[in-house]
Amino acid sequence: MTALTGSLRRRLLRRSDGEDRPSVETVDLSTTAGADVAPVDIAPNDPLLAYLQSASGAVDVTTLELDSPALVALQEAGVKLAVPLVSQGELIGVLNLGPRRSEQEYSSDDRKLLENLAAQAAPALRVGQLVREQQAEAATRQRFEQELEVARLIQQNFLPKQLPELPGWQVSAYYRPAREVGGDFYDVIPLPGDRVGFVIGDVTDKGVPAALVMAATRSVLRASAQRLVEPGAVLELVNEHLVPDMPEKMFVTCLYGVLEPETGRFRFANAGHDLPYVKTADGSVELRARGMPLGLMTGMTYEESETVLAPGESLLLHSDGVVEAHSPEGAMFGFPRLKEAVAAYPGGGELIDRVLSDLHGHTGPDADQEDDITMMTLARSDRGAGAVPIDPTAQLVEFEVPSAEGNERLALARVSAIVADLGLAPERLRRLETAVGEATMNAMEHGNRYDPDLPVTVRVVTGHDRVTVQIVDQGGGLHEREPIEPDIEAKLAGLQSPRGWGLFLIKNMVDAADETVDGRDHTVELLMYLDEPPESPRSTDTETEEADDDDR
Amino acid sequence: MTTGELSSVVRRRGEVAVVDLVGDVNRGAETALARAWEEAVRDEPAAVVLNFSEAGYINSTGIALIVGVLARARAEGIPLRAYGLTQHYQEIFEITRLADYLAITTDEDSAVGGAERSKA
Repeated sequence: MTALTGSLRRRLLRRSDGEDRPSVETVDLSTTAGADVAPVDIAPNDPLLAYLQSASGAVDVTTLELDSPALVALQEAGVKLAVPLVSQGELIGVLNLGPRRSEQEYSSDDRKLLENLAAQAAPALRVGQLVREQQAEAATRQRFEQELEVARLIQQNFLPKQLPELPGWQVSAYYRPAREVGGDFYDVIPLPGDRVGFVIGDVTDKGVPAALVMAATRSVLRASAQRLVEPGAVLELVNEHLVPDMPEKMFVTCLYGVLEPETGRFRFANAGHDLPYVKTADGSVELRARGMPLGLMTGMTYEESETVLAPGESLLLHSDGVVEAHSPEGAMFGFPRLKEAVAAYPGGGELIDRVLSDLHGHTGPDADQEDDITMMTLARSDRGAGAVPIDPTAQLVEFEVPSAEGNERLALARVSAIVADLGLAPERLRRLETAVGEATMNAMEHGNRYDPDLPVTVRVVTGHDRVTVQIVDQGGGLHEREPIEPDIEAKLAGLQSPRGWGLFLIKNMVDAADETVDGRDHTVELLMYLDEPPESPRSTDTETEEADDDDR
Repeated sequence: MTTGELSSVVRRRGEVAVVDLVGDVNRGAETALARAWEEAVRDEPAAVVLNFSEAGYINSTGIALIVGVLARARAEGIPLRAYGLTQHYQEIFEITRLADYLAITTDEDSAVGGAERSKA
């Protein structure tokens, strides 16, 4: 009888096209102590496999005649007997045995014993194979998730940490990556002469490759913008830098514009990116400029175009994740609808909120976000033609609140104490407290997911005529939106959840509320004038996003 | 502003059940409000009056709970009234339009009297 002390070789066979096939374990049982039998590969198309599959028991390798390279290899390796391991009709392995130590032939008892052994070993081997396959799949999934996390970190690290505060302007941005993390990016670049560069772009592909190209594009663009004045020339230079190292089948669409805040002049060039819209007093206008995407070929030139944003006008830069979002029926959101939205809705941050709300309604509440969504607005104040002067008396107090249920009371009490001496009328103070409480509750729950390691930051800026409260969480793009405006009739009729009042209260409690996302920082800003504005006690010209779930 | 977990006492004034709410109307008030409602409607009152005089902080989740109570009242055909709200919360009841469906009065006598008159 062959001693079962031989070396063991295992092979997981794969087809050349990468498709998994039933794995076949070959177990070589050497009969000579210390001898090492060379492993034998059996090709997926080798006739020996079919023979072993259909064999009724142990196969005598020395006398078998088959046009089989594997058989030759087995014979050359000294294998005398091959015992198929079959589980549920599937060949999953082979016991290969060399000559007996006694140099006698294998007896019929030997063969029966080996076949019994094979019958019991095969299911166990199959279980082992399945466990191994599942472990491999789990490892693959884990690697995929890790790569996504890396891509997210790269993306978020290269997005602006904060947006510029330009007197007379409101700059708002929204970025939310798709689950697989596309290549969207935006940037704001301070330039000489009080000018400001604005960038929005989209790298083809997803995940880490897109994130790395995005990071490279951003860096080159930042450097080029400092060296050159004209947006077209900047894009030309960026293109020349990117082309040599651009991975195959990848390119970057990008719009780069330079704003002169004092005059409202916005001059831009476009490398194949979706065209921006301007909200004007008469509706909305599409701004056009032609140019090929970056990274495709050298020698490209980029047409420049310009507009002057008048007081009250607002510019929207956007990525294709907006217009290419699909409804459950497969219809795209589309450019015409976005253009109509720009015309119909207020500009600035509220335009972003309203478009997102429409988008949510278009895709349906359960839809997975197909692509990154990025929007940036530049809204020029209509409070007089000039810039709004910076308040020299403004003071800032900042504190943090741990993310734990009920802690919104701490935030509102602290804010209340900070503004106590400003002369805010008691009823307006109560409103501010309620808005602070609701915004803090949202930040703790929806932004920080009640993570005790992620506090909510509250900044209170007090000026001579106003108080501004910023509530910052670390939810970044995690904040989702609920398009449904709370409606008491619908709630009482059971058509809406009884909940969903949070943001409704916020925007109705203060004179203005706005929301921005900078990387991981998600900020809700509440503005309360110390004296009630004569025209509108609870302005609706800016507002925050709609609720992202029932609590909001 | 009082603080703390909501507790309630249900009283009868004639055919009207009065629910005294003491504490915060927030997420933690859900069970207390549900129990108070069950107790208030046990003897089939002509109306239920919510007394907010001793209520403290009311947040958006609390508003949702009150909407839920109102929905049950309407489903069971029992008029719901309220009194004792501060000016601020009265404003919130108006903004949310809860006030359209829940008669708000300044004091208990008005609330109870109004309920009895409605029945008559």
